[in-house]
Amino acid sequence: MSDVTLTIDGQLTIVPQGATILQAARRLDKQIPTVCYHPHFTPPSLCRVCVVEVENARVLAPACSRIVENGMRVQTDSARVQRARKGLLEMLDSAVDLSDAPEIQAYANAYGAEPARYGAQIKRRAFPLFDDNPFYIRDYTKCIMCWRCVQACGEDAQYTFAIHRAGRGFDAHIATFENVPLPESTCVYCGNCVQACPSGALKPRREYWLEHGLDLKELARVSQLERREKSGDAK
Amino acid sequence: MELKLITANLGKINPSSIDDYLAHGGYRALQRVCDATETVSFTHDLKAAGLVGRGGAAFSTGLKREMAIRAEPTHPYPAPEWIPERYRYSSSFVVCNADESEPGTFKDRLLLEGDPFCIIEAMTITAFLACATVGFIYLRGEYPLAYERLTHALRVARERGYLGKRILRDDFAFDIEIRRGAGAYICGEETALFESIEGKRGEPRAKPPFPTDKGLFQRPTIINNVETFANIPFITLEGAQAYRRYGTKQSPGTRIVCVSGAAQKPGAYEIEMGTPLRYVIEELAGGLKPERTLQAILIGGAAGVFLKPDEIDVPLAFESLDAIGATFGSGAIVVLDDTAKMWGVLLRLARFFRNESCGKCLPCQIGTQRQLEILERMTQGRSRKLEQTDISPEELRLLRDTGAVMRDASLCGLGQTASNAILSAFDKKLIL
Ligand SMILES: Cc1cc2nc3c(=O)[nH]c(=O)nc-3n(C[C@H](O)[C@H](O)[C@H](O)COP(=O)(O)O)c2cc1C
Ligand code: SF4
Ligand code: SF4
Ligand code: FES
Repeated sequence: MSDVTLTIDGQLTIVPQGATILQAARRLDKQIPTVCYHPHFTPPSLCRVCVVEVENARVLAPACSRIVENGMRVQTDSARVQRARKGLLEMLDSAVDLSDAPEIQAYANAYGAEPARYGAQIKRRAFPLFDDNPFYIRDYTKCIMCWRCVQACGEDAQYTFAIHRAGRGFDAHIATFENVPLPESTCVYCGNCVQACPSGALKPRREYWLEHGLDLKELARVSQLERREKSGDAK
Repeated sequence: MELKLITANLGKINPSSIDDYLAHGGYRALQRVCDATETVSFTHDLKAAGLVGRGGAAFSTGLKREMAIRAEPTHPYPAPEWIPERYRYSSSFVVCNADESEPGTFKDRLLLEGDPFCIIEAMTITAFLACATVGFIYLRGEYPLAYERLTHALRVARERGYLGKRILRDDFAFDIEIRRGAGAYICGEETALFESIEGKRGEPRAKPPFPTDKGLFQRPTIINNVETFANIPFITLEGAQAYRRYGTKQSPGTRIVCVSGAAQKPGAYEIEMGTPLRYVIEELAGGLKPERTLQAILIGGAAGVFLKPDEIDVPLAFESLDAIGATFGSGAIVVLDDTAKMWGVLLRLARFFRNESCGKCLPCQIGTQRQLEILERMTQGRSRKLEQTDISPEELRLLRDTGAVMRDASLCGLGQTASNAILSAFDKKLIL
């Protein structure tokens, strides 16, 4: 494999063919914010927070998945890039409860996002809490739709396909097939999705309820009852 | 001027009769390609003819074909299991984009209903040159007549040896399947269309890799719009020189424009490139109704831009539209007279994009919703025309910022163009 020469923020750099702009930039110690990207998964290129400006390109390019080309000239922090990132984080903050996503909040602060600009009368993500199994809760009000859980559940790790994407546009969301409760899905409770979730939308059940003031004894009782109900011997 | 180059057969031949098509010069182009001793010249010729895609993006059709032919086969053989058996041995694919969902666009339908064999022939020519053995027509679900005629035409072509094994020579096999859309605008975007054919959710893929490298089933794929294909038999037969006799230097050939809205004779007209917009609206489409005045023209579909009445003399060619910041897009021309409620039009456009966003990427998923909300706030409780002072500068800036982020950062063309028309109405002061 041959190497590729490109310029990042005016700095000439040589990287192996097939590298992404993000990898090339990290070699130069340049920080590019990422949200949906996970090093072990296929980049879905959808949060767009990592966008950079490639010279002569019509639109910005996602650094996490764009492969470097010879002679490419990249700006990782131009005014256009900053405007896009600020706007994206603003939109995200205006739609999703980011209280459990400190990393994204930090980005939002760094880029000066002002989500309040969109006003109060706007549509936000709203879902009931799914507490339908003993292991983890699904609080999709906090979901940023990064797809990591779906990838972890499916082709990038577990090959179980218990959760999928459903709905379109603003109403796109993660769901089990036909919205069945998790115990009725193909879920094997491997926990890969919980590990991968960057926003706190998926959380171990115990952690969630402890955070919400339930004590351990009470929690154990509730889940035992549920388990018994599920196995059909609630005598 | 009106010029019937690719619509010559419409209404003249029986679209169900292959003999009629043959009698009007049908399949001569395919015969020529199959008889040729070398085939590179056909693709060179297509490039030299200067034909660009009619689906919206206006990319050189010849270059696209060349790129696909030159693409490295990406899969080791035998191909992976997940590709259905009958598609595995096609080293590339030819796809006709007949999803036609751009608002105000109805030309592909007329071509498919009126001259289905022409599209089939064009796809077959392309398949021969690109060594594809399988092709797809992705047809808008709401076109039942086109479906019927295409199905019939495919069957007849198969019976007569123009599809299937040994087409005009011993070593050429090709067949076409129809896939019907289910009403999603986004499935007209080429990579979302591939996903749909593969049986997945209709969501665009990040580009690059481009379809010519990794398209349908990750194979090199040539995807063209119906109208683009309709030009191919002519260019194949007559050559680049003949084609360049029509149109302007930078936009050779013709274009089918779809006039709708407040014109007296709305409809599809094939015009020579470079024909002034005024001629199309006033002569071909019969002008406005008596005593009405022109308020605005939306050109290029929902993803296009508004033109002011004083821009009506622009020649309809890529370069001249480009010069005034407009696009030809899908060829849709929506005429709005003084009775049209501009705010209603803008709200409708915003609603269209909100409803049609696939929701994959963040800027468009949230941005199209916010864009609609901002416009709704602006218009709340107000009648047709707003005064400049009715809109707070902050709201307007928010709308522009939202639009800019969608344009710069969205994954596909839908989000990238979702704010174009709306912002152009503000820029041109059409609503203030
Ligand atoms: C949201 C969206 C919708 C599209 N819809 C269509 C369509 O309905 N028909 C079409 O031919 N091209 C459509 N396109 C353009 C295609 O992606 C692609 O550019 C085209 O099929 C290429 O063919 P051409 O080179 O012949 O134009 C659409 C693009 C986008 C972004
Ligand atoms: S639940 Fe978590 S991992 Fe899954 S899409 Fe939402 S934020 Fe991403
Ligand atoms: S721009 Fe819109 S339609 Fe295109 S991928 Fe993003 S969300 Fe989907
Ligand atoms: S991190 Fe690159 S698109 Fe999300």
